[in-house]
Amino acid sequence: MAPPVIRIEHLYKEYLTDAGAVPVLKDLEFTVAPGEFVAIMGPSGSGKSTFMNILGCLDVPTSGSYALNGRDVGAQSSDELARLRNEVIGFVFQGFNLLARASLQDNVALPLIYRGIGRAERLARADEMLEKVGLAAHRSYHPNQISGGQQQRVAIARALVNRPKLLLADEPTGNLDTRTSLEIMALFSELNEHEGITIVLITHEPDIAACASRLVRLADGKIVYDGSLEGGITRRGDGPMAQAPSAPMTP
Amino acid sequence: MPMISAMLGEAWVAMGANRLRTFLTMLGMVIGVGAVILMLAVGQGAQQQVEASIASMGSNLFIILSGSVTSGGVRMGGGATPTLTLADAQAIQDLPSVAAVAPTSPGTAQLVYGPNNWSTQVMGSTPAYLAVRDWPLSAGFPFTDSDVRSATRVALLGQTVVQNLFGNEDPVGKTIRIKNAPYVVLGVLAAKGQSLDGRDQDDTVAIPVTTAQRKLFGSQFPGTVRFMMVQAESAESMPSVEKSMTELLRQRHRIRQGTDDDFSIRNLTALANTAAETAKVMSLMLGAIASVSLLVGGIGIMNIRLVSVTERTREIGIRMAIGARGRDILLQFLLEAIIISVIGCLIGVLLGVGGALLVGKATDMAVVITLSAILMAFAVATGVGVFFGYYPARKAANMRPIDALRYQ
Repeated sequence: MAPPVIRIEHLYKEYLTDAGAVPVLKDLEFTVAPGEFVAIMGPSGSGKSTFMNILGCLDVPTSGSYALNGRDVGAQSSDELARLRNEVIGFVFQGFNLLARASLQDNVALPLIYRGIGRAERLARADEMLEKVGLAAHRSYHPNQISGGQQQRVAIARALVNRPKLLLADEPTGNLDTRTSLEIMALFSELNEHEGITIVLITHEPDIAACASRLVRLADGKIVYDGSLEGGITRRGDGPMAQAPSAPMTP
Repeated sequence: MPMISAMLGEAWVAMGANRLRTFLTMLGMVIGVGAVILMLAVGQGAQQQVEASIASMGSNLFIILSGSVTSGGVRMGGGATPTLTLADAQAIQDLPSVAAVAPTSPGTAQLVYGPNNWSTQVMGSTPAYLAVRDWPLSAGFPFTDSDVRSATRVALLGQTVVQNLFGNEDPVGKTIRIKNAPYVVLGVLAAKGQSLDGRDQDDTVAIPVTTAQRKLFGSQFPGTVRFMMVQAESAESMPSVEKSMTELLRQRHRIRQGTDDDFSIRNLTALANTAAETAKVMSLMLGAIASVSLLVGGIGIMNIRLVSVTERTREIGIRMAIGARGRDILLQFLLEAIIISVIGCLIGVLLGVGGALLVGKATDMAVVITLSAILMAFAVATGVGVFFGYYPARKAANMRPIDALRYQ
């Protein structure tokens, strides 16, 4: 049987400030099997972005273990972490994070440069990915010439270009309107169902979380719910109005 | 290698994205390299001019002057009393390691040819004079030892004299008058140009030393010469030649132990070497001053590159998030610095060479542009670019991905 894509045990994260160490994540246990689609919800300050950064090998935990695709991340050098980010993980950000100077095609092809792939193949694979997200015709445009939804599609194409096992999305629809958000989510669902890509995404919005097959709720640095979608959504709402744990939403 | 070519492309795009800044970064390099090349050209030109003047004087030379003579407690100045004779010259000629001796009696006289006249320095000497001064003829023949023995009225004219007396006419075989006596022009001395102290070496006439002594100037001390030029066979033999000449002359002049020499020997080559050394130091100093501007250019590169790195922190974060290693970021920023340096250098070389040519044209300064100077300036400037580009690039490469990505 394939190892879990993510296996986290006793994970702690503290930030050092002038006032001393501030714990952000406290004793997390979290396992994601291949092919899962997990939504992480939680109020602001609950530590979900920090958690996402650790999952994405952008940040390192203070203590505890994290195995990505069966490999212990804590034991890797920074070069090997870069390779994991390049080959195993695809990242989608709230702010799209495309390079403004580069064409859409070059943006999508960027991860392939760091894998040492030749120009012809880079461009061919970038085209293939742009095709998949429906933007092949815009390949020579620059990010500022297309809409936010289109930019996020390009970012998704970039995340997918190295055929990663795991797609991490940090509020991918946070800057988009509802209709565009649903289009992006449809794309995620399709990638999960048809290509078997494991997806972990952070969101504020229950509508977005509803696309996932599993829900994890973080509050104050702890996992307070991990289970089926229905239980999580109906138990407690989310979004800006429901950030305090003491303000449950009645069904 | 796909990596490098892709990064070159990216560097090009990054540089194009902020053209003014790229230009300003390059400017330091352009000015630095241009200044180095220009200064080296001027410095080396001056150096070569000095060296040419030294070569025109002749090599491994001594000049022996009549010295001071003490007469009844009164010490006369150097050269006041002619104590050197043609016989002394003959004796020196027979010393080992002496290549040639030219006993010389100089004087000034008015020359006349047809309607033209010209006052010039007349050198009474021997055929060895031409060898000692390393002075070939451009036309005609030199006078010979038999001319010296029989004190014939023959002359060799310098270029300036030829121009003033003959214009475009061929002087060889013509007869000029020196102090109203006819002299046959045997030959014309090749052009030598200015001496180290700026005198026109071509404004001269050479005649047999005996003719000068007996027929032209006359002398209270017949048979003496004002000075002798002695050429040693090699630079190495100069100290021993100087020593043996001193001993010989003291012996011949019957100078007792403890009494001053009545002649003085000067080593012209040593003087010349000092001048050459000075020119070299000048040239080095010009280069050093220009190098400072290159250094300042390098610091300018570092300064602007640091700003660039800060400004592009987020871009660095994005690249790291999608798999760029520290060394990929390092390579990218270093490549940009190198490209800027190399292009800056190329422009600098063009401006420096152009400037040097312009200076050479506009002033009478000699400029010498050598390939080695250009290559050196290029290598140093590229090195400076890499050196000063490295720190900002390393700063970019050492960022933690999460900090870079969060940077606003």
